[in-house]
Amino acid sequence: MSKAPTQKPSPAKAAAKKAPARKTAAPKASVAVSAAAVEPHGHTHAHDVDHGHGHDDHGHHDDGHAHGSMRDYLIGFGLSVVLTAIPFWLVMSGVFAPQLTGGIIMAFAVAQIVVHMIFFLHMNAKSEGGWTILALIFTLILVVIALTGSLWVMYHLNTNMMPQGMDMNPAP
Amino acid sequence: MSADKIIQFVFGRLNIEALPFHEPILVATFAVVCLGGVALLGAITYFKLWAYLWKEWFTTVDHKKIGIMYMILGLVMLLRGFADAIMMRLQQAMAFGGSEGYLNAHHYDQVFTAHGVIMIFFVAMPMVTGLMNYIVPLQIGARDVSFPFLNNFSFWMTAGGAVIVMMSLFVGEFARTGWLAYPPLSGLAYSPDVGVDYYIWALQVAGVGTLLSGVNLIATIVKMRAPGMGLMKMPVFTWTALCTNVLIVAAFPVLTAVLALLGLDRYVGTNFFTNDLGGSPMMYVNLIWIWGHPEVYILILPAFGIFSEVVSTFSGKKLFGYTSMVYATVVITILSYLVWLHHFFTMGSGASVNSFFGITTMIISIPTGAKIFNWLFTMYRGRIRFELPMMWTIAFMITFTIGGMTGVLLAVPPADFVLHNSLFLVAHFHNVIIGGVLFGLFAGINFWWPKAFGFKLDEKWGKISFWFWVVGFWFAFMPLYVLGLMGVTRRMRVFDDPSLQIWFIIAGFGAALVACGIAAMLMQFFVSIRDREKLRDKTGDPWGGRTLEWATSSPPPDYNFAFTPVIHDADAWWDMKNRGYKKPVDGYRDIHMPSNTGAGIILAGFSVACAVGLIWYMWWLAAISFVGIIGYAIFHTFNYKRDFYIPASEVTETEAKARALAAEA
Amino acid sequence: MASAVKTLAPGEEVVFHLKEEPHHPEGSSTMLGFWLYLMSDCLIFAMLFAVFGVIGGNYAGGPGPKALFELPLVALNTAMLLFSSITYGFAMLAMVRKNVAQTLIWLAITGVFGLCFLGIELYEFAHLIHEGATPQRSGFLSAFFTLVGTHGLHVTFGLIWLVTLMVQIGWKGLIPANQRRLMCLSLFWHFLDVIWIGVFTFVYLMGMLR
Repeated sequence: MSKAPTQKPSPAKAAAKKAPARKTAAPKASVAVSAAAVEPHGHTHAHDVDHGHGHDDHGHHDDGHAHGSMRDYLIGFGLSVVLTAIPFWLVMSGVFAPQLTGGIIMAFAVAQIVVHMIFFLHMNAKSEGGWTILALIFTLILVVIALTGSLWVMYHLNTNMMPQGMDMNPAP
Repeated sequence: MSADKIIQFVFGRLNIEALPFHEPILVATFAVVCLGGVALLGAITYFKLWAYLWKEWFTTVDHKKIGIMYMILGLVMLLRGFADAIMMRLQQAMAFGGSEGYLNAHHYDQVFTAHGVIMIFFVAMPMVTGLMNYIVPLQIGARDVSFPFLNNFSFWMTAGGAVIVMMSLFVGEFARTGWLAYPPLSGLAYSPDVGVDYYIWALQVAGVGTLLSGVNLIATIVKMRAPGMGLMKMPVFTWTALCTNVLIVAAFPVLTAVLALLGLDRYVGTNFFTNDLGGSPMMYVNLIWIWGHPEVYILILPAFGIFSEVVSTFSGKKLFGYTSMVYATVVITILSYLVWLHHFFTMGSGASVNSFFGITTMIISIPTGAKIFNWLFTMYRGRIRFELPMMWTIAFMITFTIGGMTGVLLAVPPADFVLHNSLFLVAHFHNVIIGGVLFGLFAGINFWWPKAFGFKLDEKWGKISFWFWVVGFWFAFMPLYVLGLMGVTRRMRVFDDPSLQIWFIIAGFGAALVACGIAAMLMQFFVSIRDREKLRDKTGDPWGGRTLEWATSSPPPDYNFAFTPVIHDADAWWDMKNRGYKKPVDGYRDIHMPSNTGAGIILAGFSVACAVGLIWYMWWLAAISFVGIIGYAIFHTFNYKRDFYIPASEVTETEAKARALAAEA
Repeated sequence: MASAVKTLAPGEEVVFHLKEEPHHPEGSSTMLGFWLYLMSDCLIFAMLFAVFGVIGGNYAGGPGPKALFELPLVALNTAMLLFSSITYGFAMLAMVRKNVAQTLIWLAITGVFGLCFLGIELYEFAHLIHEGATPQRSGFLSAFFTLVGTHGLHVTFGLIWLVTLMVQIGWKGLIPANQRRLMCLSLFWHFLDVIWIGVFTFVYLMGMLR
């Protein structure tokens, strides 16, 4: 059992939990030099708090959380409008077959969620030392498991166990 | 408005029939509780302790005090839950050869439902949460959790849930559905009375507390670790606490949602889980177990963490395989989401689904096995001291392993088709919960009691309690394995086959031994408190500990650490001791601390009132309390001044006293 | 796993405590904590989506999506929420510029859009109920009202929070505590828009395609 400093864990799922270690409670300059000497990562604390700003830094003290810029919000808004309008139009006009339409609008939904995450929620891999995105990924994995699992299980249960002759169709 | 209408509006469906005057057992219990309660309240008043209790305990935001309150809640509710167990054992031992026993179905069904709900939600969860709350900030070198006020609120919400359940004993009745309240039985059509509503609201109130506690502890572990403590230098108990709280945040929303849907069915007439109009009762079972399986890992992971700390401390050796322990814990966390269907193999999802979940269930036993081997390898060539925490740990290893093996047996779907909902299942889960969770909690209590209170627990009564518990457990549950294999179903009140009775009598004998074990444990507390000067822990490190909580005095000062420690190694305290670190004797600074607040208990009080209003259809009460919750919460946010400083002089004085005490040792 | 005592350079001392307090700025855990809560809220919605997925096709002989949903109204509603998202973004930009008045104005506009969203939704619900498409009518309708209604409840609480925060900013200005609260509400508000993307796609649009 090695105590490798930066670990690339082999079980892929374990990777979801094992973000590279960050001392998020880092004090700044007050840690003595020897702390750096014994710190196996070789990080010093000189780099200070990572702001995760991809955009303009207003030079004020914030607590390291990303803010957007006007550009970001407008791009996000524009993309969202397009990604909303097209699905509505596709369904209301019925140009494609239902299956295809369904697939397209689901893809657009996923795309728009990503747009919201990036441009409105300022999601990035550096926020809170990576814990924000880790929490999101973990949640998404669980949501996928719970949703697909439930649908799969319930489909089988309904097929095997539901009484015949129950009219579940909509009124004509 | 007629008098009748007014009474109906004010009292909802509460009426005089809700009080159990015609139930002798309940009347007697109520009388005892009243007398005991009056005596307790009277004593507090007589000794003028209300101000002290309010200032120092009820409004505290100190994680240590909150942890202790959780433990007290858990231990008190253990007595109620165990009383239910004794009642069941007695009934089942008696009800043969035409005898109906002494409990009719109406009561028996409430007893086994309450037993399960109380033991899981109001004994195991609070005690596990209490230990994590107490120990984690100390182990990571922090002063408190990330959100101290939220911590207080979480505790009172849990306590509020317990109050709601206890209230059902004397006013109205409890659910008769089993601890998971499957519909359609738990729906309005088949359980129109207040029982299931008590169940729903007790769990919703407590659930809020638990969820927020989960958020709190994750944030604490991520953000508040002392400098130098990378993730792979955290104590194993902190690792298991992190994974446990991740499970809590990820699982409890599911419970909240499902109970809300059941509540909507009952209150609004929706069709989520009804038999007709498009409802699907099977969906409830599916969703509740998506919560339920992670829940049992929430219970066991902290116990695994306790065992890791205890085994390494009492073997005088670094824990074997730290990295694999961490990996195993993380793998268990993730896999716990992939096994839930094994709780309802027999519901009819078919071979392909059952096979998938059967395999995943077997896989999840592997990391646990790895942990057991790591503990054994830690003990190998160690200098083992068989103090009580270690004794509980050995008992765990043997007991839990058997229980785990029966779990793997149940994981095989064809076997489960025979054994599902039999006494074999009941024996299995008690085996792992008592052998794993409870023995772990007892190990933790004996281990960390000196830290929390400044004196050790009495060893003699501790050993008496231990032997009664362990022997009693085996007598109580091994017969159930036999009975289950013979085909006996769970939750049965009366039996036809006289050849089964002997097994139930043996199980009853086991329960009596466990009762002695509990009594001995209470005796242990009493004797230890009485003899606390003799048992005093003067140094703060009575066991030769390895992690940072042992670097503080016993009990630790309010601020935990006068100076934030800097970490260089896992087993940080051991490392400090080895390198001759001496805590500084001067240079203390003012310490920034969060202020106490009554908001937690007040908000929880409103929540309980709202729940009572909803249960009894006293809509005015529900509405007013709900507005009260929102209003008071908003009011609380207008308080921006929530902190104070402990002056350096006071820190100096406290540290000096601790040093003087340690010098006496 | 060897834990060899690290060899130190000559004259180097190992430090075991900090002389000065590490700067845990007040509220340094708040954003992470709120994000974690938001993830749990996401799971609640996921469960409601799962339920909708399972029983959303159970019309029990009652009305289904094609008979009930008016997509133009839903499109209008979606627009209200999307506008409110961007106006909240403008409020955040004003906050960063420390402009109290601008912040409050944009927050107010956000609130108005939010109220419009709620108003339209309540109108839709009232209309459905009037038509006999009550939550009690079928599994589909139970799931529909609960999923969409829970989202609406969240928006309602968000608006209460918004108003409270506006009062607090008016009182104390854009102090760090209020900025943190604005950032939390920002996460909450945008998250609700994310959930709405799921709602209009899976409930309304897919419903019309079934």
